[in-house]
Amino acid sequence: MKKIRLGTIWLDGCSGCHMSFLDMDERLIEIAEYVDVVYSPYVDMKEFPESVDLTIVEGALSTDHDLRIIKKIRENSKLILALGDCAITGNVSAMKNLYGSEAVLQRGYFELADLNQKYPSKVVPTLLESVIPLHEAVKVDYFLPGCPTPADAIYEMLKSLIEGTEIKIHELTRFGK
Amino acid sequence: MQNRTIVIDPVTRIEGHAKITIDIDKSDKVKDAKIHVTQYRGFEKFCEGRMYTEMPALTARTCGICPVSHVISATKAIDEILGVTPPKAGTNIRKIVNLAQLLQSHTLNFYHLSSPDFIYGFDAPKEDRNIFKMMQTHPEMARDGINLRAFGQKIIEDLAGKRIHPTGIIPGGAAHKIDESTKEAILEQIPAMLKIAQSALEFFRDNLHKFQEEIDYLGAFPSLFMALTNKEGTLEHYDGKLCFMDSEGNILKDRIEPRDYKEFIGETVEEDSYLKSPYYKPLGYPQGMYRVGALARLNIAKTCGTPLADKELKKFKALGAGKPVLNTFYYHYARLIEMVYALEKIEELLKSDETMSANVRSTSTVSYDKGVGCSEAPRGTLFHEYHVTKDGIITAVNLIIATGNNNLAMNAGVKQVAQKFVDTKNITDGALNRVEAVIRCFDPCLSCSTHALGIVSSKIEIRDHNKKIIRVIERS
Ligand code: SF4
Repeated sequence: MKKIRLGTIWLDGCSGCHMSFLDMDERLIEIAEYVDVVYSPYVDMKEFPESVDLTIVEGALSTDHDLRIIKKIRENSKLILALGDCAITGNVSAMKNLYGSEAVLQRGYFELADLNQKYPSKVVPTLLESVIPLHEAVKVDYFLPGCPTPADAIYEMLKSLIEGTEIKIHELTRFGK
Repeated sequence: MQNRTIVIDPVTRIEGHAKITIDIDKSDKVKDAKIHVTQYRGFEKFCEGRMYTEMPALTARTCGICPVSHVISATKAIDEILGVTPPKAGTNIRKIVNLAQLLQSHTLNFYHLSSPDFIYGFDAPKEDRNIFKMMQTHPEMARDGINLRAFGQKIIEDLAGKRIHPTGIIPGGAAHKIDESTKEAILEQIPAMLKIAQSALEFFRDNLHKFQEEIDYLGAFPSLFMALTNKEGTLEHYDGKLCFMDSEGNILKDRIEPRDYKEFIGETVEEDSYLKSPYYKPLGYPQGMYRVGALARLNIAKTCGTPLADKELKKFKALGAGKPVLNTFYYHYARLIEMVYALEKIEELLKSDETMSANVRSTSTVSYDKGVGCSEAPRGTLFHEYHVTKDGIITAVNLIIATGNNNLAMNAGVKQVAQKFVDTKNITDGALNRVEAVIRCFDPCLSCSTHALGIVSSKIEIRDHNKKIIRVIERS
């Protein structure tokens, strides 16, 4: 059987959804028999590869760099799964929209710094005017809510993709869970 | 030759996203190297205007790896605002949950992220350097790592409601007492988990001789150290006061009340990183560079206070021959010792009758307009400071995150390792992996550190002095 080429990436999230992925615990070993992890924070691959079967995306989009990479992911992936509330709605990551990037940067780098008050502007990507969920930028194939998405839901979802069966997502997770 | 810059982007097998640039001068020497943290989330702004009661759940979302630390510092800050002292059982539950997180987080760094370098070597093919490969070639070890991490996560879930972003640590103490059956189930597993932690220690020690160059050059330099300590000078992750020690082992300042942290810690902005650099104010920037986390804690602590960890601590201290251990590579060693300590301490706390009391929470209302909460996160000292109105509305927030404290030292480490290992005429993947590995020693949590994370990209770009790309190399 051909293994599924799996990518995982965290964008503007807290990495909690990726931690929940690891919370599959021993079931990870079972999953690893069916998938090849070709891109992920857990493996040393610097370039997003071509022809990925499924990419699991954690986090919302908050920089110009996030926008570029999500477009590349879309081009190179058959399926995209938005993992967790940040990827799906913006959630906590989008709370800075309440004030806007400018005010948020002002607070961090002027009011709360003792020396060299300025905006970081070299080498680092530029913040978008507002943080947006994945589906505002690209087509998303699956949405798996939760903050974080529970490990059981991630496991069932992956298993259903491997086996080609259907699951009832609302029985496994919901927003805010 | 002209000036060039090597970009490693993204740094992998760390918790969060960053890139590294290595500047090469005209004579082909590595002139400088830096870590750049590339996204910013802004918790310090958007928490304004919210109710103080929301802060534990909200600030937990700065980080999915150490949410417990944020919840602990948040609730400690709110305890101060309410003017309450949690009952002993509440405090002990918080301590156990904090140690369980330390255990799972250290396990994650050692097994899931760093050990592929120890097993396969720093020069191994990049496809092999990960936990999934380990599952095939070293299934026992991979399973050990998974089980030990799961054990920590399960304790958090059982005592505080949820593995990630737990809800059971609340202002005034904890939400629930510990059931007898939960206690027994945890205690029953401790011997097996201790065996795993000790075998990790043994594996590390047995393999140390292979990494002498890494020990000597992955961030080996003098710096100050900061950690919480208690009066007796034993290892401390929850209570205690701040202590600064210099690289010779002299105490610069001890018994600092966490609420006075601003008198001693300043923060400066780097224009090429979203991560600010804290420094020890009396020495100024950048001389006030200090390190936090497991290495700092074990350098500062006189003893761990638990038998097995103390035996190991002696061996660790011998490495410094009476002075602090200055090699960043030994963060790994220090974390392994803390894993043993965490297991012993969880057992000790669970066996105390006080911990099992049903009196787990004190209540009160807003009594003060400011609170500072401080705890030792897995990666080092973490501060939350909140200001509130008398109705409990947050008016100002300041966070100093464990990883941020290490920013100056991480940069010093990256520079040292790049100068030692990167041959600018023949850039190898193994050399670049070592540059990333020094970052892994610090175990930075970059999602936390800028109260953010993000970024991604690609390959090695070589740029001219105008930052224009002149060559791109695939990293293979
Ligand atoms: S959905 Fe929740 S757990 Fe997932 S990245 Fe966002 S804040 Fe973190």
